Amino acid sequence: MQLTLGPVLYHWSPERWRDFYYRVADEAQVDAVVVGEAVCSKRAPFKQDSIPAVVERLEAAGKRVLHSSLILISLPRERRQTRELMQSDEAEVEINDLTCLAGLASRPFAVGPFVNVYNEAAAGFLAERGATRICLPPELPLPAVAAISAAVPQLATEVFAFGKVPLAMSARCYHARAHKLTKDNCRFVCEKDPDGMPVKTLDGAGFLSVNGVQILSDSCVSLLSDIPALRRASVASLRLSPQGCDMVAVARLFRDVVGGRIEPEEAERLQGEIYPDVPFSNGFLHGMAGHVHAGAGGGSLGALR
Amino acid sequence: MSDPQMTRSAAIPATLPPGLARAVAPLPLAPLQPLLALMLHRIGRLYPDLYGRLGEHADKRFGIDPTDLPFALLLEPSLRQPRLCAVRALPARLDASIRGPLVGLVGMAEGTLDGDALFFSRILWVEGDVAAALALRNAIDDARIDFGAVMLGPLGQRLGQVLRRKLQGRSAAVGAETWS
Amino acid sequence: MELICPAGTPASLEAAVEAGADAVYCGFRDETNARNFPGLNFSREELRKGVAFAHRRGVKVLVAINTFARAGAFGLWQEAIDDAVMAGADALILADLATLDYAHRRHPGQRLHVSVQAGAANPDAIRFYAETFGAQRVVLPRVLNVMEIASMVRETSCETEVFVFGGLCVMEEGRCSLSSYATGQSPNMNGVCSPASHVAYAERNGHIVSTLGGFTINSFGKDEPAGYPTLCKGRFATPRGSGYIFEEPVSLDAALMLPALRDAGVTAFKIEGRQRGRAYIAGVVSSFRKILAAIDEGRSPPAVSLAAMAEGQASTVGAYRKGWR
Repeated sequence: MQLTLGPVLYHWSPERWRDFYYRVADEAQVDAVVVGEAVCSKRAPFKQDSIPAVVERLEAAGKRVLHSSLILISLPRERRQTRELMQSDEAEVEINDLTCLAGLASRPFAVGPFVNVYNEAAAGFLAERGATRICLPPELPLPAVAAISAAVPQLATEVFAFGKVPLAMSARCYHARAHKLTKDNCRFVCEKDPDGMPVKTLDGAGFLSVNGVQILSDSCVSLLSDIPALRRASVASLRLSPQGCDMVAVARLFRDVVGGRIEPEEAERLQGEIYPDVPFSNGFLHGMAGHVHAGAGGGSLGALR
Repeated sequence: MSDPQMTRSAAIPATLPPGLARAVAPLPLAPLQPLLALMLHRIGRLYPDLYGRLGEHADKRFGIDPTDLPFALLLEPSLRQPRLCAVRALPARLDASIRGPLVGLVGMAEGTLDGDALFFSRILWVEGDVAAALALRNAIDDARIDFGAVMLGPLGQRLGQVLRRKLQGRSAAVGAETWS
Repeated sequence: MELICPAGTPASLEAAVEAGADAVYCGFRDETNARNFPGLNFSREELRKGVAFAHRRGVKVLVAINTFARAGAFGLWQEAIDDAVMAGADALILADLATLDYAHRRHPGQRLHVSVQAGAANPDAIRFYAETFGAQRVVLPRVLNVMEIASMVRETSCETEVFVFGGLCVMEEGRCSLSSYATGQSPNMNGVCSPASHVAYAERNGHIVSTLGGFTINSFGKDEPAGYPTLCKGRFATPRGSGYIFEEPVSLDAALMLPALRDAGVTAFKIEGRQRGRAYIAGVVSSFRKILAAIDEGRSPPAVSLAAMAEGQASTVGAYRKGWR
């Protein structure tokens, strides 16, 4: 079972972003790394200059590099960025919107978790057009994951295994709105929240987090204890989505559980030390509400403890 | 964080004159019960599709509480043993209850008023199993029950039309006539 | 300009036809349609009768099979497509690659519309659906302003349909898991958003508090207008303050933008609200009919207020106006 490091979804400073990937290249035991801006096209220029060096260092370290497309593509600028990405020769692309298929030359591509692949027929359709790997939508329950893996074995299936789970995208920027700014003049206030802006209910329960035009969960998905079941479902890869914690340590933890070097229970305890004060959840995989943390004996309330 | 282009409108709840409620308050409920039972029986016979729409919710207990009348209705649609009766106070163990002025409840049941609009304007309120309440609302809305005809046959149908016109006049602010 | 109207029940379908709809959209009573609410939707027999009724009046019926098929259960969606075609549907409204691909191959002559749930937000995406599946119309996501819509229409030969009234998705449709995060039930998989079965209302200190799956969504003061207990229109707390951080409880009302949308080249105007009662359908459809008739004849449209029908009794033109973002 492989590990894939998903793209950084937050707006980190260019230096932090670059240094994060340098460290991943040098230290993280992951097989593939997705780079690029998926969430907001306005952020892309901040990364542009660092991308060649980051890619070079990752590839030199033996890691497969995938280039992420945007999730929501509506402006002419976004369409242009997407077309350029799809037409570049060297980059392997992870598509996050079907817009990419309109401009795709006939060559292999990866499918990110933002493309709606809920069944084997949709997965088969994409495989016919050149998809080689697919990170399934995070809300899919295990039986669906297993059915897709079994029906389209030529496709490497991946599940969202660590990180705050992306839940929604909007044309409206909620960071700008919270700071009483317009989206066009946002002053990149989302950079102030490198791990997302927390959104609680009126009675103080952790619920969601805001990342510009994207909404994520407050809880952090962790499928450490589900790894044996995922292996039985022929899942080829686990996606780790970067959070503001030590992702090299997170990758090591997953690697150790996959390799059978530590028990999932022990790994979960260590995970709480690596990413403290954050509730963990895996409800989606168990067909329950996403915020629920389902143990061996069924579900318990995650965020609502 | 308000949207400058947003427009807002207020709705004034239409209620029965308080004098009417006072006038009927001392009356016993017993004579009402056979009438209600007959009405439910006729509805079940005339509108059998209701049960298809209610599905699993047919076996639930509903409270219908006209807030401007001194009594409420207890409804168990159950296909096998349907029950509709008037009570002074609704029992505690109900699956769902719907509260609002009589005009709103009747208007919704007859399809002249929109239940969601009544809810948005706080004229109508739902407690308990919201899915059951919605299923009941949707089933009744689709059935197009003519309560006048159910109660009194063709004569009731005409009487109902007259009454409806009067009620609609009273409830214009609820949204019944704002578009015409 | 076509007026496309919702119907959650046969009675609503008839109400929409009588109020002046050019087409009515509806769905089956199961998880294949994105308004899978208690007590709503059509049996196979009801759809056949509904289509016959509408066709006698020269009105079209569009069948929404717009959820994403459950893995291992694609047969249910295939059957829904076959049965809708058999019933005489004038078009199928689909969102999933799987259902689009199946309908295109199995029923090559059938007219296909791309559901708003597919989130086709630019001309390239529209071209993909038109070229790959022969889709003849796309329902645009509620993330675009009028200028963007105009430039999209210019670039594509596919017809476009836009929402002009009713519930307003704040997030991009078809890619929102907020509901399933709180309840386990999602629009994409189960055809529900913030399902009634997971909603509870309670009175607390004179306020009505709504919860969804145990999470507090809102608290309404005594006479404050209420909204649906949907997550994106709830009150929440952030370090930057509390309130409606995503959107207020409002409905879309683009009545005043109809001329601009027509000039942008939009083919059809859609009214949301398959979950609403006959009174809503009759009221909203007839007023939009009047407005469209006036626009057609070059008269100034009559002033109508549908605010009482609106969530939170408030309306917005949403993303159609550029500043919304």
